[in-house]
Amino acid sequence: MSEPLLTVSDLRVHFPIRRGLLFDRTVGHVKAVDGVSFEIEEGQTLGLVGESGSGKSTTAYAALQLLRPTSGSVRFAGRELTTLGGESLRRMRRQMQIVFQDPYASLNPRMTVGRIVAEPLQTHGIGSRRSRRATVARLLEVVGFDPTYTNRYPHEFSGGQRQRIGIARALALNPRLIVCDEPVSALDVSIQAQILNLLKDLQHDLGLTYLFIAHDLAVVRGMSDRIAVMRDGVIVEQGPAERVYTQPRSDYTRALLAAVPVPDPERMHERKEERRLLRTT
Amino acid sequence: MPLLEVADLRTHFFTRAGVVQAVDGVDLTVEKGKTLGIVGESGCGKSVTALSIMRLLPTPPARIVSGSIRFDGRELTTLSERELEDVRGREIAMVFQDPMTALNPTLTIGTQIVEVLQRHLGLDHGAARRRAAELLDEVGIPRARERLDDYPHRFSGGMRQRVVIAIAIACEPRLLIADEPTTALDVTVQAQVLDLLDDLRREREMAIVLITHNMGVVAESADDVAVMYAGQIVEHAPAHELFASPEHPYTEALLAALPDLDDPAARERRLAAIPGRPPDLIDPPPACRFAARCPYAGCGDGCALEPPVLRELRPQHRVRTTHPASERTTVPA
Repeated sequence: MSEPLLTVSDLRVHFPIRRGLLFDRTVGHVKAVDGVSFEIEEGQTLGLVGESGSGKSTTAYAALQLLRPTSGSVRFAGRELTTLGGESLRRMRRQMQIVFQDPYASLNPRMTVGRIVAEPLQTHGIGSRRSRRATVARLLEVVGFDPTYTNRYPHEFSGGQRQRIGIARALALNPRLIVCDEPVSALDVSIQAQILNLLKDLQHDLGLTYLFIAHDLAVVRGMSDRIAVMRDGVIVEQGPAERVYTQPRSDYTRALLAAVPVPDPERMHERKEERRLLRTT
Repeated sequence: MPLLEVADLRTHFFTRAGVVQAVDGVDLTVEKGKTLGIVGESGCGKSVTALSIMRLLPTPPARIVSGSIRFDGRELTTLSERELEDVRGREIAMVFQDPMTALNPTLTIGTQIVEVLQRHLGLDHGAARRRAAELLDEVGIPRARERLDDYPHRFSGGMRQRVVIAIAIACEPRLLIADEPTTALDVTVQAQVLDLLDDLRREREMAIVLITHNMGVVAESADDVAVMYAGQIVEHAPAHELFASPEHPYTEALLAALPDLDDPAARERRLAAIPGRPPDLIDPPPACRFAARCPYAGCGDGCALEPPVLRELRPQHRVRTTHPASERTTVPA
């Protein structure tokens, strides 16, 4: 079997805690990510779940080198990224994109939709002005956004529409890997379903690989082939999605699954009982 | 007699852009000691409904243009501000979504609880402090007595929400309105806070109005559920019945759009998304507000011409649609 598209080994991200104004000194470290390893096969999705502060996003940022890891290795498409810099890293970045959680904060309010989606192409010097315009129209079409609105501004659109713009921007450079960092948690259920379906279709049509971060375990199950559960900077459990959901091995995973409110009042008592038991053990 | 009865409530916002009909036909019933869940997506009017009941909306731009809110037989819409102050906090209390902004960051939590007890119950300082410690203990805050002198920032999100709940229940209100009380919390903490609310409800025979966008949260916490869409109640039923046999096309669509935690084939399945999005409430559709997204609209029964009313389909089950599931004969094309 060929090498996975992304291999992260023993990744650590420690942030220094500094004290003092004049004589700045480091008094300790926050170990945001502390020895994380996983791999993702091309065309597959790894779901990364965990509660706030568990290190999910930091792990993803360090994998993309948006944040330099303290130690560990990140191999992407056969190349080590942690030692890469400058132009060669920039070139690799084309293949790795990110979709952020908040479609209100992640789009520049002073740029038109067309410019937002064209920006990655421009930054990487791809195509002429005219060809870029055609590419933008095609990308917007792909994500289900009416391309006649390219001259409008983000504030004119709803959360779901904005997330489509964010996805179009992420697709602009034909990436192989997309990190989806809580891509639907700011959206309403009916819109959430639209965006999740879109992400699935894109993966199917374009052969994309996803690192899918979310705190909603039901959402993650529908998106992922494999699951990694994080807590306090480490992965407490990982495996095929089916196995993790039906036979969780870690107590923490079990507690997390039991805590999810399920839209079925018939099962309320059973689930409350389960939680009570888990709390006492 | 129900504890709270809201009938045909309409709260509009008079803005420069036009009149926003944020709440435009809300009918609710809350029984003593029971939990009513209000679910709906953002902008559907859930919070405006709650704030209207508490009369906490700034006027202008907001104004309750019609309807009645009866609490324990007493009409709230005509009370004076002074009379309302005795109701708020004392008989009806409220818990908001964000526990950080609900607490004053410059006062210790002890001071904030004591203030409520002194204002409403007239306790002296010593008695109020003792009672405050008991309340913190009751909501599950360890070392309650010592923690009275801590400031809000010393508490985690879940613990802060417990403090807010302690303040809310301080005067033993008969109704607690909780507006997305667990939305800012992690899922394990959410479960603890919901269990706490349920325990308090049972011990104190306090009714709860639980506002949430999360269908799972209502399913696990509510006795009755009201579903809101575009400023109106579209379905109101006992929880088990609403989830087992939803009648309104919107409720059905909402339930179908949810990803299922226990579905082994979830990875292969596409979710049933609801096409389109909610209407603009400045200029809502003249008849059924869900018509544009409804798979049953255009069946020739006039639902897009005549606004459907909230009607009782069977005892305790009310629905606002021309084609509830149990009366449907036509199949959507």
